[in-house]
Amino acid sequence: MNGSGGSCSSLMEVAYDDDHHHGHHDDELHVLAVDDNLIDRKLVEKLLKISSCKVTTAENGIRALEYLGLGDQNQHIDALTNNVMKVNLIITDYCMPGMTGFELLKKVKESSNLKEVPVVIVSSENIPTRVNKCLASGAQMFMQKPLKLADVEKLKCHLMNCRS
Amino acid sequence: MNTTIVAQLQRQFQDYIISLYQQGFLDNQFSELRKLQDEGTPDFVSEVVSLFFDDCAKLINNMSKSLERPENVDFKQVDSGVHQLKGSSSSVGARMVKNVCISFKECCDVQNREGCLRCLQQVDYEYKMLKTKLQDLFKLEQQILQAGGTIPQVDIN
Repeated sequence: MNGSGGSCSSLMEVAYDDDHHHGHHDDELHVLAVDDNLIDRKLVEKLLKISSCKVTTAENGIRALEYLGLGDQNQHIDALTNNVMKVNLIITDYCMPGMTGFELLKKVKESSNLKEVPVVIVSSENIPTRVNKCLASGAQMFMQKPLKLADVEKLKCHLMNCRS
Repeated sequence: MNTTIVAQLQRQFQDYIISLYQQGFLDNQFSELRKLQDEGTPDFVSEVVSLFFDDCAKLINNMSKSLERPENVDFKQVDSGVHQLKGSSSSVGARMVKNVCISFKECCDVQNREGCLRCLQQVDYEYKMLKTKLQDLFKLEQQILQAGGTIPQVDIN
């Protein structure tokens, strides 16, 4: 991911937060945030950091899956090294070119390794059929964009309660 | 620190930012963005906003190209651009820009090239207008800080 496999790191543009090298505390949530929009990635990253989460961002579903170790064979092996910290939560935009957030959700839930990881879908459109479809496929929550501090706090509470 | 000057600047800042909300340039999401700025990241808002304006310029340029030839408009590309713009403007609280995007999407949905061109022109105007306003706002912030003061929290509700 960060240099352990040459081809791997050149393919991926996953942004790490500054504290990445200092290790991961068990009580801190490590969140993978997926959004094709740069501004939305910046926003969600800041919201999560302010809420004391470790954040990794990905700009599309494919990159997210690669980070999670669900990419093709070579990347799967790289992802199993110590450099990939366990992800406690995935927040993904619904509308993304290529793989949608819904498709990403399904891939995660189909994986024996990752199906327990909560997935939150965010969308600018609060369409009931969309919401129901996501929840029915195992999404933890469906939240409306743009995200605010209060949304992340609510989300964290919800997840912490689920964990304990 | 000259407390009178600081107080004057703070007052100016407050009045200016309130006027931006009242005139509809900004909505509540901008104040949400401001909440995220802390001592560790004092330039967060201006950085995000700067990225937004760069994004506007790029998207508008691309959409303009797609709309250029009447016999060969790539409405799919335009729709994608409008979607991005609507999302970004919504996330930073750029209310006017976002509202134009709503009309823009409607024109795109019915493949109305003339309508799209009008919206494109409007969105270009609006983002540039907001850019100027926010530059003035950030300048006021800098003046306050340089005079030794703190930037007021402004409650717009």
